[in-house]
Amino acid sequence: MLGIVGTVPDPDFPLVHGPVTWEGDRLSVAGRRLTVLRGTPALLAAALKAAPCLGGPEIYAFLAGDIGKGQGSRRLYHFLEENLKDFDFQVLTFHYLQPDVDWHNRVLFAIDGMRRRPLLIADAGFMYAAKMSGQAPAYDLFTPDAGELAFLADETAPHPFYTRGFILQQDNDVPELIQRAYQHANAARHLVVKGATDYIANEEGILYSVDQPSFEAMEAIGGTGDTLTGLLTVLCGAGFEPARAALLAAKANRRTGRYATPTPATQVAALIEAIPQALADLIE
Amino acid sequence: MFGWSTKQKPGRTAPAPAPKGSAKGAPKGAIDRGILVFENTSEVIQAEKILKKAGWAVRVMGPPPEIRTGCDLVIEFPLIEELHIVRELHLAELAPLKVVPVTAPLLAPVDLFQTKDFGDYLMVRAANMKITIAKADGRIVNISGGGCPDVPFLAQQMVGKTLAEAPRPRDVGHTLCGYALDLAYEELRRQC
Repeated sequence: MLGIVGTVPDPDFPLVHGPVTWEGDRLSVAGRRLTVLRGTPALLAAALKAAPCLGGPEIYAFLAGDIGKGQGSRRLYHFLEENLKDFDFQVLTFHYLQPDVDWHNRVLFAIDGMRRRPLLIADAGFMYAAKMSGQAPAYDLFTPDAGELAFLADETAPHPFYTRGFILQQDNDVPELIQRAYQHANAARHLVVKGATDYIANEEGILYSVDQPSFEAMEAIGGTGDTLTGLLTVLCGAGFEPARAALLAAKANRRTGRYATPTPATQVAALIEAIPQALADLIE
Repeated sequence: MFGWSTKQKPGRTAPAPAPKGSAKGAPKGAIDRGILVFENTSEVIQAEKILKKAGWAVRVMGPPPEIRTGCDLVIEFPLIEELHIVRELHLAELAPLKVVPVTAPLLAPVDLFQTKDFGDYLMVRAANMKITIAKADGRIVNISGGGCPDVPFLAQQMVGKTLAEAPRPRDVGHTLCGYALDLAYEELRRQC
């Protein structure tokens, strides 16, 4: 079973948890329906589309409504702190959550109390909290984009908003930023850096780079990072070791562009529809 | 946007000029600035709006390490004006949680922008946030990047509307990602 933790942009959405299923073109979790838009719903939808191609693992979500005020995130953090010990996941992925170092540390402590430690993936706000807490090496995978990599590389920045200019200006020099992130112990064991070229790296350096197929417009499409993290979650759950899973996820995510013919105005749901074809190309 | 902080093009850096209204004639090394700490980023944004409208020389900055939680802003102000500024905020029912003198340099928000021209579309990035419009009608077609929970909410509120119709991210956002999106939005408005 693969666990995914995140928020939905609806202040009235309660804390729910349960297996994720399709209901028409919408997602359903614990009787609540979700439209597939950017954010955690896009991650869940990508994982759910990919799952049948990779052994059909169950996707289990923990969700709460949060529009940035943090209440939903804090409810989730509290629930996880109290209840994670009762769950068993191969992979646990954290996504759009209000960054909060204290709550992050409590959740990481709760993970230590699980019967087996899942492979840990952190993206979006939870990745920010993981870096700021100084606990980044406890994670197996971070999935930053160029701006977020600059933040990981800046040992003083508590959020990408405060990344220092001289580091932001280096964001074309991905290898240098990766090295700097590892030098200050601000990276997970593996990094998947999303951009015009995707890089998969660990402490020793860049393991793989992927630049084809290339669809420039995908940079503008909100949610392409979410879909990559969804694919990564399922590929890790299918038994691929993290670097190999990251390579396949990067390739598959790009290939969705081949079937959706994206423009900067394309919405992420169109790319998600193409995931089964994109994965089939790679796995066959 | 950030009072006296300057917007720069990539590749150029310049130190921010000294704030107007900071303690004139304070001895060198004296503490002449303070920070206002609020419950959350939304309150900071509201307070900044109120204080700037009233003509106070304030700016939004990153909090010192000892009070950081992970997604926060504070308002830096001339300490000599504490009484007046706090009174102004009390009148607006927006009292700060605490007022702290600044004893070390504060983190400055990002002020670099990157613009990408896709032909029919224009994208501006500030920090980790990107906003893309159709050049023909100024309609926002996508919002990407970011990691705080208001980003999907802001995308929901803004995509499909023109820059003029869409709510400003600073009015409906609540986090630093929302604030960064507001910078990108402002830059896009400046360019269009």
